[in-house]
Amino acid sequence: MSVLVYLVPIALGLGLTGLLAFLWSLRAGQYDDLDGAAIRILDDDDLGDSNRA
Amino acid sequence: MSVTEATDLSPFTHRHSDGTASMEFAVEGINCGGCIGRIEKSLKQLSGIDDARLNFTNRRLTIAWTDPRFDPSQAVETLARMGYRAHPFRQRDSEEHEAQEAQRLLRYLAVAGFAAMNIMLLSVSVWSGNVTDITPETRDLFHWLSAAIALPAAAYAGQPFFRSALSALRTRQVNMDVPISLGILLALGMSLVETANHAEHAYFDSAVMLIFFLLCGRYLDQAMRRRTRAVAGNLAALKAEFAHRLLDSGEIVRIPASAVHVNDRLLIRPGERIPADGVVVGGQSHVDESLVTGETAPRKAEAGAALYAGSINLAGAITLRVTAGGHDTLLDEIDRLLDKAVKDKSRHVQLADRAARYYAPVVHTAAAATFAGWMLAGQSAHDAIIAAISVLIITCPCALALAIPAVQVVAAGTLFRSGIFLNAGSAIERLAGVDTIVFDKTGTLTLPEPCIVNAADIDPVLLDHAARLALSSRHPLAGVLARHRGQREPFPEVAEEPGQGIRAALEGVEMRLGSAAFCAVTMPQELLSRNPGASLIAFRHGEREAVFVIHQALRPDAADTVRALAAQGIGLSILSGDRAAAVAPVARDLGISDWQAGLNPAEKVAVVRDLKARGRHVLMVGDGINDAPSLASADVSMSPITAADMSQAQADAVFVGDRLDPVLRTILMARKARRLMRENLWLAAVYNTIAVPIAMAGLVTPLIAAAAMSGSSLLVTLNALRARTARQRNASGAERAAATEFAT
Repeated sequence: MSVLVYLVPIALGLGLTGLLAFLWSLRAGQYDDLDGAAIRILDDDDLGDSNRA
Repeated sequence: MSVTEATDLSPFTHRHSDGTASMEFAVEGINCGGCIGRIEKSLKQLSGIDDARLNFTNRRLTIAWTDPRFDPSQAVETLARMGYRAHPFRQRDSEEHEAQEAQRLLRYLAVAGFAAMNIMLLSVSVWSGNVTDITPETRDLFHWLSAAIALPAAAYAGQPFFRSALSALRTRQVNMDVPISLGILLALGMSLVETANHAEHAYFDSAVMLIFFLLCGRYLDQAMRRRTRAVAGNLAALKAEFAHRLLDSGEIVRIPASAVHVNDRLLIRPGERIPADGVVVGGQSHVDESLVTGETAPRKAEAGAALYAGSINLAGAITLRVTAGGHDTLLDEIDRLLDKAVKDKSRHVQLADRAARYYAPVVHTAAAATFAGWMLAGQSAHDAIIAAISVLIITCPCALALAIPAVQVVAAGTLFRSGIFLNAGSAIERLAGVDTIVFDKTGTLTLPEPCIVNAADIDPVLLDHAARLALSSRHPLAGVLARHRGQREPFPEVAEEPGQGIRAALEGVEMRLGSAAFCAVTMPQELLSRNPGASLIAFRHGEREAVFVIHQALRPDAADTVRALAAQGIGLSILSGDRAAAVAPVARDLGISDWQAGLNPAEKVAVVRDLKARGRHVLMVGDGINDAPSLASADVSMSPITAADMSQAQADAVFVGDRLDPVLRTILMARKARRLMRENLWLAAVYNTIAVPIAMAGLVTPLIAAAAMSGSSLLVTLNALRARTARQRNASGAERAAATEFAT
């Protein structure tokens, strides 16, 4: 059962990381424009000409 | 109104403490993903601008700059050149509040989700350990760990329920949140005690999962309201009015109507809406007050006449001295009135609360009976309490609390996509109960603007000439003609014969627009008899002649919709502020026998109140400022999107398009939704009648509680999704296009 000593903290830590990541993304406005994000990813204007396929 | 005129945008600018400034616009004309790149790229090329970001979801653009020389109107002009119309936008308080609320609910939801998952991880270990070889020490450790997660998580994420339950209890009422809070607290408390006593079962997972499911329902409900608010906010910006202020130096500046102050002198040009209440100090004109009083005949406005915000100046330019500006107009007065009415309306007892009223006593009695039964059967007080509490946990109204919001969200979403925006989820219930509909006439049964009925029969070239000539006339009918073709450029050298008409020469051939006699045109009798109550205006260009029939036309499907509503067994009536002569033909065409004309707002309210007093459930459909009080006093209200801002912002539902059938569709959808809500409540009741005996027998383990809770929640959610499959009744292509323009 000594395996629990590190498995439980790891499990909780992973969950907590996920929670913090979500709270950060919420605060950073990642959910403000869900429709726009789907379209912006197709925009390749930020690449130089040489990088384009 | 020329496009290049300088506008003072400073009231819309946000100045930040770090020296930067930003401003928001609602942008019209965005219909594809490519617009994002085009708009942002060309704006970022403006000198002085730091950032431009377009939110594609709500069609809003934010620009930021630090350079004090930068003028935000450059951005408007750049967008105008690209074919987009940008309207300066200031977020309404209510919308900002909703956005904060949404963020908070999402945070609660995230915390509850995290806690539920981790506790479940521990719980599943305990459940499987209980049937194999878990040691009591490990089980205790896992229970304590669960408690360490569950208690803070519940204290944080359960706040919405605890608060609402407390405020209900303070007013000595019981809402759904009371049994919810009680269930959560008891489950947590009992689990703590059991854990301390090294017991086999703890219910931390049930308590937190319950919070998670309930928060899902709350969030969905709130998201629906927020989406409607965002659309309403954009529309308000699109419709936002500007005023032209006359400075003492004689200069004219364009300012947002919200920045008008008392004693400002405003120049009101023909076709403009009057932005604030005031007194005419110069010029004379006719004003269309149909939005204010419902009266369609224009009223003469000369020096000394009092004008109300919302009226439209039809003829000449006038100068107005503002008597009540900005926050003190008639509109704001109506707004306050409506606010009050909305508070009154919340007295309507919702289905959910009615269910809670029966639910809470039954459940609590069952729990008490369980306790008494086990004591009488000679069990220990401990076992009796455990059984009683497990009754409370298993009956915790998870499904019941999801039963209604889930249906509301799905139904409102379906309506949203067809261009009907609900302001409140609870409106669905009130709409479903409607048995009487009271229509306003002007702008509700009829189209908001008078139009040329026979435009299709007239040669377009002739129509264009007539419209261009009409620009020079101050007559209100000519205004309709001019607006119809969107003409900008008047003919040079137009002569006006007072009381008869106007004439001008085009390539040496004389044109005349005005009365039949003036144009030497014989009025075709059949046009008159086919359009009673319409106004006729004649036009002659050399040998060619035309007669325009100008009429406040009915919405194209008004008659069909009225028939369909009557077939649903709904009583219909018309209450209009317009003259009897104008109302009677409309009522006759629609087959509505119960109509009243010439009513002032107070009389309209009296009629609505009277209907309510006779036990009718009244839906008021209206658009004017004069309708606002009756909209407020009816059980539920709808407005077309063209309605006065204030009426519309507070109406329970707002619809877009030229058709009237959204009224019918909303009612049908509401009835369907109510049926689904009732089904859901029955599903929840059936679930309880199965689960409660099991709990009373003391057979409930945490595993059964978790399975029952998720199962029943899933069931009511799936049932709610059936509201999506509502038949779309003859939605016209145009209307769908209009709906997507606003809704996507």
